[in-house]
Amino acid sequence: MPRLSADRRTEVRFTLNGRPVAGLAEPRLLLSDFLRHVVGATGTHVGCEHGVCGACTVRIDGGLARSCLTLAVQVEGCTVETVEGLAPGPARLSVLQEAFRRHHALQCGFCTAGILMSLDTLLRDEPAADKARIEEVLGGHLCRCTGYGPIVSAALDAAERLSEDPGAGDAPEERDGDV
Amino acid sequence: MSAAEPAPSQTSAKPGHLGRSLPRFEDAALLTGRGRFLDDLPVGPATLQAAILRSPHAHARIVKLDVSAARALPGVAAVLTSAEVQALSAPLVVGVKAPMTCWPIATDRVRYVGEPVAVVVAADRYLAEDALEAIAIDYAPLPAVVDPERALAAEAPVLHEGLGGNLASDRSFRYGDPEAAFETAAHRIGITVRYPRNAVTPIETYGMVCEWDPGEDGYEVTANFQGPFSIHAVIARSLKVPGNRLRLKTPRDSGGSFGVKQGMFPVIVLMALAARLAGRPVKWIEDRLEHLTASVSATNRVVTLAAAVEADGKITALDWDQLEDVGAHLRAPEPATLYRMHGNLTGAYDIRNLAVRNRVVVTNKTPTGLNRGFGGPQVYFALERLVQKIAVTLGLDPVAVIRRNLIPAGAFPYRTASGGLYDSGDYQKALETALRDGGHAALVEKRDRVRAAGGLYGIGFATVVEPSVSNMGYVSTVMTAAERAKAGPKNGAQATATVALDPVGGVSVHVASVPQGQGHRTVLAQTVADSLGLEPAQIRVVAELDTARDAWSIASGNYASRFAAAVAGTAHLAAEQLKAKLARLAAAQLNVPAEALVFEGGRVCAADTPDNAIPFARLAATAHWAPGTIPEAAGQALRETVYWTPPQLTAPTPDDQVNSSLCHGFILDICGVAVERASGRVVIDRYVTMHDCGRVLHPGMVEGQIVGGFANAVGAALYEEYAYGPDGAFLAGSFADYLVPTVAEVPRPEILHVETPSPFTPLGAKGVGEGNCMSTPVAIANAVADALGVEDVILPLTPARVRALLDEPEPPAPAGTAPAAPPKRAGGRALAGTGSAGFAAPPQRIWDTLLDPATLEAIVPGCHKVEKLSETRFLAEVTLGVGPVKGRYSVEVALSDLVEPASVTLTASASGALGTGAGQGHVRLAATPEGGTRLDYDYEADVGGKVAAVGGRLLDGAARLVIGQFFAALGRQAGGGTKGGGATDGGATDGAGAAGPWTGLLGRLLRLLGIGS
Amino acid sequence: MKPARFDYQRAESAAEACEALAELGGDARVLAGGQSLVPMLNMRLAQPRLLVDISRIEALQKIERSGGRLLVGAGARQAALLSHDGLAEAAPLLAAALPWVGHAQTRARGTVCGSLAHADPSAELPTCLLALQGAVRLRSSRRHRELPAEAFLAGLMSTAREDDELVEAAAFPLRRAGEGQAFREFGRRHGDFAIVGAAAVVSAQRIRLAVGGVADRPMARDWPALEGSALDDALNAFAWELGARDDLHASARLRRDLVRALGREAIEEARRCRA
Repeated sequence: MPRLSADRRTEVRFTLNGRPVAGLAEPRLLLSDFLRHVVGATGTHVGCEHGVCGACTVRIDGGLARSCLTLAVQVEGCTVETVEGLAPGPARLSVLQEAFRRHHALQCGFCTAGILMSLDTLLRDEPAADKARIEEVLGGHLCRCTGYGPIVSAALDAAERLSEDPGAGDAPEERDGDV
Repeated sequence: MSAAEPAPSQTSAKPGHLGRSLPRFEDAALLTGRGRFLDDLPVGPATLQAAILRSPHAHARIVKLDVSAARALPGVAAVLTSAEVQALSAPLVVGVKAPMTCWPIATDRVRYVGEPVAVVVAADRYLAEDALEAIAIDYAPLPAVVDPERALAAEAPVLHEGLGGNLASDRSFRYGDPEAAFETAAHRIGITVRYPRNAVTPIETYGMVCEWDPGEDGYEVTANFQGPFSIHAVIARSLKVPGNRLRLKTPRDSGGSFGVKQGMFPVIVLMALAARLAGRPVKWIEDRLEHLTASVSATNRVVTLAAAVEADGKITALDWDQLEDVGAHLRAPEPATLYRMHGNLTGAYDIRNLAVRNRVVVTNKTPTGLNRGFGGPQVYFALERLVQKIAVTLGLDPVAVIRRNLIPAGAFPYRTASGGLYDSGDYQKALETALRDGGHAALVEKRDRVRAAGGLYGIGFATVVEPSVSNMGYVSTVMTAAERAKAGPKNGAQATATVALDPVGGVSVHVASVPQGQGHRTVLAQTVADSLGLEPAQIRVVAELDTARDAWSIASGNYASRFAAAVAGTAHLAAEQLKAKLARLAAAQLNVPAEALVFEGGRVCAADTPDNAIPFARLAATAHWAPGTIPEAAGQALRETVYWTPPQLTAPTPDDQVNSSLCHGFILDICGVAVERASGRVVIDRYVTMHDCGRVLHPGMVEGQIVGGFANAVGAALYEEYAYGPDGAFLAGSFADYLVPTVAEVPRPEILHVETPSPFTPLGAKGVGEGNCMSTPVAIANAVADALGVEDVILPLTPARVRALLDEPEPPAPAGTAPAAPPKRAGGRALAGTGSAGFAAPPQRIWDTLLDPATLEAIVPGCHKVEKLSETRFLAEVTLGVGPVKGRYSVEVALSDLVEPASVTLTASASGALGTGAGQGHVRLAATPEGGTRLDYDYEADVGGKVAAVGGRLLDGAARLVIGQFFAALGRQAGGGTKGGGATDGGATDGAGAAGPWTGLLGRLLRLLGIGS
Repeated sequence: MKPARFDYQRAESAAEACEALAELGGDARVLAGGQSLVPMLNMRLAQPRLLVDISRIEALQKIERSGGRLLVGAGARQAALLSHDGLAEAAPLLAAALPWVGHAQTRARGTVCGSLAHADPSAELPTCLLALQGAVRLRSSRRHRELPAEAFLAGLMSTAREDDELVEAAAFPLRRAGEGQAFREFGRRHGDFAIVGAAAVVSAQRIRLAVGGVADRPMARDWPALEGSALDDALNAFAWELGARDDLHASARLRRDLVRALGREAIEEARRCRA
């Protein structure tokens, strides 16, 4: 492809949570910034911009990626999934999200988006993931509020439900709360 | 304890929603990416983005600051420097009356790494950072002081000349008769501890949008600030506007704070001024490197604590000497970290005699502020290490010493020697329950078993009184009684809550609590629902704060674990007040006495004739639709705002007694650790934490607070440190250097509870969020001390430290092996090395080459030009780096002690966008029998700025690489090249390929740098 | 923390990438997984003029066995290697070491060759390449060449790659019959850079131990089948020869201790695996 000039914005197009999006980006624009500030998908959060904290984790073509270590121009034509795409419907939560709520696996909720992406990917690939696998994947995230234990419990709970009924990606209809 | 299934609290005053682990109302939005954090909020199209130029030096004079090139860049709207700041604002109020001036930006000099020097405002953050690189700035480095004890020395560099030294405050206190107690005691047992620097570093950094309205001469700020809102007054004063011209708003969601987001207020001043200068709104999102380097830190503290102890372990007096290091400026509300624990300096123990000396010192480090545990970790680390030492010294079981000294169960409310009023507790019950249910006996058996097998295992305890709901007057204890009398009394802890009814009977709650993840909205909905007989989901809670519209006071905000005890209680009072009015209204309509009415199931009915009822919504709407029908006694029944302050929080007394906090929870931790002998790794094998936090309002959230604080404390105990080099270089600038624990490092603690409700709070609750940050670091330290049989344990207990404590002899280096690199000297420079190089050319030739500026240009790695300033001083522009990391630096080299052609001293300093360096090298030349030269050298250097903050791991290697490049080039230039593989540096010597790799690599590098052929 | 400006070129082929490298030399950097390079860009520690993105060149993404070696293309992600069929049997050292490379999230993007080219002295994959006596294939518009690990790994974040060269593939010898392999690592936290990483390859007649995290690059020693105190002495000599230094995360002493301890553990486990 032709070389993109440092100071020129070019159009970047990709599929975000099943819908086409497009926007202008300089080569240096990070995917995290593109998602949040160009296309307005602010669910993905930025915590360190050097790939350690994991808050910005998204899925690119089915695989996990730190969006702060990815350039927007790199995802041209790709399929990108973020936390906004996890729930099966506007008033519903996924099995994993519901388990997070049940187990108080989030407090401030800032790191949660990235953690959900990682664990959702794990449970997609390995619905019967055990504690060791969950902790291995969760190890790529920093959370300052929860001490991690409730997150592990939530993931184990979700794994149990998903391995019992692999078709049940979604939690039942909300009963309470302001979803 | 599992939070998964809602379970009624054992001690609920009445059955209701409070005391149950309801799913949180906050969660659905947060789980689906619909949070409203600061950086998620929409901003106007005129909004600009800011970036801050920060000092790479710990201490330096600013010689030149030229921002003209930055201002001229496309997209740059304004550059703010100290000139504009000083013209448009006033210095920040300093916490004690001390002759020191604190601006939010460096004026004539910088005093810590990361101190703001200029602010660029541009169309986007990328452009703003581009412009930072265009700012020309020269510093003249000054000696720095980072150690609080050294800062007190007469010869120490002085940060603030007005102080005449670095001591900002020195107060002594005396309660009871400590001298007599020490005189008559069987033993005086003391300990000195040094508590390190750390902070809980929320994953969301500081963020703000600031705007100036010239028509009103007012500022509007939206920031993820956490309070206390006493800081609002500090900001307004600095911006030189009345309080009503500073509108401060917080977003709905905040990504953690743990106290840290109090520390952003100096930047609020800067960004407000930048917005004024630019004439447009300015947004600033702090990045992680900035946050770790220069946001705020907990204090580091040196404590010498002695106890007067009877033979049976009874402590009769304590003598505290605390030296508090607040960093480069004494920023509001400091020295609060030092005084927050003043009322509970005797911990959980009944000790009537107390002597205290509190000193506050400034050093060349980031200024300190709020941080989870606030003062507790420092105090309890000393106190509980001492209690263990007393047990070891007297040959007693630590449990026996604790038991012997605990405040008796019947003594509450208990007034401590220094004036604290402990509200409630049964420490004996908590202790015995913890020992029994926490499996203490089995733990002791395990320790015996492991030790018998040759392993290292230890048990540690920590007994902590967890204060919550701070008395806004406690920090005034730093002033003398006479000064306090002159300044006027300060006290109390105003909490506010509003419960309002809308025209269709909906209930809203407004509080000034500024949550950062603690689930305030859920607990408040539970509280108010219980009062009004509604479902929590029917209650809408607004917890974001707007100082222009909401009820607030200086104590508003989310700190000092005040939510459950103060804010939820105040909401309860407001709801009950509204309920009383509604009851009078209903009484008139239902024709029964108000006292005979019950609110339940969404109805208000007579207690004995439930059919005589009115729907709550209908009743609640009355005041909107038919105010004329309301009986006069009911008054308006639309909106109730309650301001609540506890009467127990009085101002410090003339004899310096202060009840620094309203509530005092109790914690007893038992920790079992195994230490891996080979690696020095500490493994937490078992952790039991017993809590009495009064009435539990939401068990799931209480557990969340405990395990979250515990995880933070594990970090403080074993992993995290805001480390500084001896020159003040900051060394922990990334999450690869500042090691926040991951799931693999945090075990699950076993949580136990006893409940003694607080008689001082409306709901009987006490704070619970900070306790483990106070108890866990010292419990782990005590366990490690027990495992190793040592006294002097320093946090964080890194493998290297623990391995050193094991004090095992090392197998010696075999003969012929290169000597080990010299260990770092305390207070010495960060990098040091020695080495030698061989050259084919004779010494005179090498000497001439070294001293010839024309050839220096070719020798200095990556050199662009060399300018000769004098016969012995040179200025060079060089590009240095390893791998992809490259930066351009100005290097000044001075030659001294010249003995031709035998020896010379080179003194160099370098500065560039990536960092700074300063060092000295000694070079000695000797002729070899073959007519060549042997060159020996040694060097010491400091490296600062970004490369030190994020690249410390690689600096030694990088220094050796650059030196290797230099000598290889020297050899080439002098003719004949280097001999015997070029430079060696006491570093890796690869016997397998002695001559090959270095020369090959160097040749390649030289070509890369454009030096070689 | 936003990168300085750079041009960007998504290469369609290795040849195109090499042309770009030839044009800009040291001012160009290859972008594959980006897990090491992009943090440096964000911190502005690195400010190249051009990034050459090779991540979509299909020909470079292959992982294949050929001539007794496992060839890992420049675009192959660490996660792809970890899930390569039969890796545990064919290259047990890689199977053991890869889980220590960063985290699942970074392995999903980070490439094997990128880690080798970055040459961090603490990184696991260079240590493994050296232990296995593997090689790196370099390609430029001028030539193709292959360098053994010793020659390629030249120093601190420095390799023998010329500026116009692309690391095209890494070649890891497959486990030979009768050979045992094991990996040990000690870091402050799991996923951190190693304080010491030790990779052992053991056959009936010899021991080869590579150690990362101590010197400015991984270093290896070959010994006959030493036992007992003779092995202790050899490990001790190696530990001292590495010239360990103090830094923020560990002392020189701890590093030597770990070389001795982990070196022995790795060798002993490799011996057990030989069976």
